[in-house]
Amino acid sequence: MNRKRLAAAAVFITIILAVALTTVAATRGDRWSEEELDVVRGLSLSSLGPLPADPTNRVADDPRAVQLGQRLFFETRLSSNGKVSCATCHAADREFQDGTPLAKGVGTTDRRTMPIAGTAYTPFLFWDGRKDSQWAQALGPLESAVEHGGSRAQYAHVIAERYRDEYQRLFGPLPDLSAIPRFAGPVPDPAARAAWEAMSDEQRVAVTQVYVNIGKAIAAYERRLQYGPSRFDRYVDALVDDGRAPEDVLTREEVAGLRLFIGKANCTQCHDGALFTNNEFHNTGVPAAAVAKPDRGRATGAKDVLADEFNCRSRWSDAKGEQCPELEFMVAEGHTLERAFKVPSLRNVAERAPYMHAGQFATLEDVLAHYNRAPAAPAGHSEVKPLRLNGRELQQLAAFLRTLSGGTAAPPELLRDPHQEVAGGR
Amino acid sequence: MKNKQIAALIVAVFALFTASACATKPPAHQFGLGPRTSAQNRYTATLEPSQPLKARQMMKLQVALRDAAGNPVDGARIEVDGGMPQHGHGLPTKPRVTKNLGDGRYEIEGLRFNMGGWWELHLAVQSPAGADRVTFNLQV
Repeated sequence: MNRKRLAAAAVFITIILAVALTTVAATRGDRWSEEELDVVRGLSLSSLGPLPADPTNRVADDPRAVQLGQRLFFETRLSSNGKVSCATCHAADREFQDGTPLAKGVGTTDRRTMPIAGTAYTPFLFWDGRKDSQWAQALGPLESAVEHGGSRAQYAHVIAERYRDEYQRLFGPLPDLSAIPRFAGPVPDPAARAAWEAMSDEQRVAVTQVYVNIGKAIAAYERRLQYGPSRFDRYVDALVDDGRAPEDVLTREEVAGLRLFIGKANCTQCHDGALFTNNEFHNTGVPAAAVAKPDRGRATGAKDVLADEFNCRSRWSDAKGEQCPELEFMVAEGHTLERAFKVPSLRNVAERAPYMHAGQFATLEDVLAHYNRAPAAPAGHSEVKPLRLNGRELQQLAAFLRTLSGGTAAPPELLRDPHQEVAGGR
Repeated sequence: MKNKQIAALIVAVFALFTASACATKPPAHQFGLGPRTSAQNRYTATLEPSQPLKARQMMKLQVALRDAAGNPVDGARIEVDGGMPQHGHGLPTKPRVTKNLGDGRYEIEGLRFNMGGWWELHLAVQSPAGADRVTFNLQV
């Protein structure tokens, strides 16, 4: 009888424990387990770490380069029609993007403008990763027929005429450009290309050196643009070691969204770390955009970066051979690269609709609906599986994503067009 | 005696609840930098990273390889592979042995873990002692 009573007690205790455990698991509210705390803290800006060195750019941290780079970033003379600067698409008052599906320079591109903050932390740039440094990236649009539309000889002349002193203080004497044609470069424009091909090797090297230095100055400026702390970061900073969370920073809905983000919705599989990106390339079954040519993403980007005239191993890079591990150990082929695109940071994500590499989705809700449904990819294979979240959960996720806005962190003078100040008579 | 059985039952039920939260992750003692013995006991390998393992950073590490008798194995061919069993994806880069340092030591470069969590790292070893595979469970 005693034993029976004991057995009954044991069963009773077990049931109580089981119920208690499930209840705790379901309604932990603002309390986080140790494992969850690790993940949540890893998403916070406090865990970002210092700006990594850029061995490819010897002026990356030179304040004079930052200043020159900022002026070049906003310089519309660096275009074929005198109207397009980097800031045309990377608008300083819009988190350095343009809010439009396909970027418009002198023509229309086939991709969405990417934001700039935090790019100093990323090994490969552009949606397809076809560049491996900030300066090499900056040089791409300058000679693109639909972006800035100009050529490197034109830009070298602009430097000689408008930025001679600043340039020479940083990079040494400018070459003699008197015999260099006004428009020449390895660009689609037939006249500029023919002029480029008619130049001597020495002339081409001299002009390209100036062109490369334009990119390095712009990169020094862009390197200073970082993400500002968001409400989410304030929440994480206030978390205490036992997992208790402050109740006045995020709403219950937002915290529920965070719990889904790191759990059931599986977002941290790619959007992990302080910048909410693993810096890799994935096919997530995003629908094809209405552009002329099918976009193969990383499948072409990987080949392009290895062959890039300005990559880490090129003569224009300041890096030594062993300082290019990203190129040396990158995955350069395979079916996983087909229609794989760069995982963008989710910081400030609510401030920069539309979404995906060609702005295919107008709202965050559309993006979440896509991942919830996980349709087959138009080419290659989508890595996404249906999430089976209900409407309430999708709302919670969207609410959480809206807590990630913190603007751009940089001294205020770096967030303005420096030419405007001159025009304003300052 | 019966009391013990009941106690065991309670412990078992309790363990079942705790375990269900951890999926298929191996127990803590299976994690770490080694020494780890290969599948067919031909080798043991120990990892020595040049910095603590961290997500989203290029890692360089050394491997110390010994045979079953504990002697250093030189001139082995080692292929590096890995992935996240819980997520079904491999490594984001193609790490490889870049230096044979002698005394059974090898340098691996180009290793990157693109997220935190449980990673497996496999070393496929080929030497006159035979082909075998060492698996490390790493918490990044």
